[in-house]
Amino acid sequence: MRAKVHVFLKSGVLDVQGKAVEHALHGLGWTGVEHVRVGKTIEFDLKADDPAAAEAEVKAMCDKLLANTVIESYRVELA
Amino acid sequence: MKAAVIVFPGSNCDRDCKVAVERSTGAKVEMVWHGETELPKGLDLIVLPGGFSYGDYLRCGAMAALSPVMAEVKAAAERGVATVGICNGFQVLTEVGLLPGALLRNEKLKYVCKPIALEVTNAQTRFTAGYQGRREVAMTVGNGEGNYFADEETLDRLEGEGQVVFRYLENPNGSARDIAGIINKAGNVLGMMPHPDRAFEPELGSADGAILFQSALASA
Repeated sequence: MRAKVHVFLKSGVLDVQGKAVEHALHGLGWTGVEHVRVGKTIEFDLKADDPAAAEAEVKAMCDKLLANTVIESYRVELA
Repeated sequence: MKAAVIVFPGSNCDRDCKVAVERSTGAKVEMVWHGETELPKGLDLIVLPGGFSYGDYLRCGAMAALSPVMAEVKAAAERGVATVGICNGFQVLTEVGLLPGALLRNEKLKYVCKPIALEVTNAQTRFTAGYQGRREVAMTVGNGEGNYFADEETLDRLEGEGQVVFRYLENPNGSARDIAGIINKAGNVLGMMPHPDRAFEPELGSADGAILFQSALASA
């Protein structure tokens, strides 16, 4: 299975990179852009047959290493 | 007196910490590689140095927090051994869960490197007793991700329980409530973004960092 983990700063945490990108997009004329967030995607192959078990495993990886849940939230996609 | 400086791949203040602790306290300082599964016996102080452990990959301090030696550091800290995390070391302490909160990118996205004035917010800790009630000390900062963050409830608790040890007089990085350094509830684990290891002799602009190491070892 291919796992994709999307990690973003939580909505209550100021994303200064997002702000800077938003400001730059405004400068280029895209004034309708709002609430830019910069995150990261982590992808990997995972040996697993059962999607539910795989999801639980990837979530455990997120809690242990891939995200810092004090400041970040994550979303897991499996395909 | 015996201290250890933990060395991660990418640490760059490890030698500074060794020299600072040795010259300010006379303690014997051992360098301990991150892959070790045992700490030297009879430690009075553990220092997690500044730098860019594991290249700051994923998140500052995240990979270092999972280093083999950190299980031992955690166990020692939980036994009450004085533990100081400076800069990247502070980030490691939050990542490993010994201190609450996290360090975010600086508010202005700028790496700040300069001398800085700090308020000694709690002078009753084992690390700050040596300031003998002095309210202001001088050190330097050098960080890109030194913007301390915790939820409001945690910040209230830290303030209420005297766990805020240092505050910036002029906040350089957007840190919540001007926090520069915090201590755990038990009072033996200190994390701070400013560098006492770069302020241990008057020739460096300040010797206030030496007092911190002296206090830590005097209380051991």
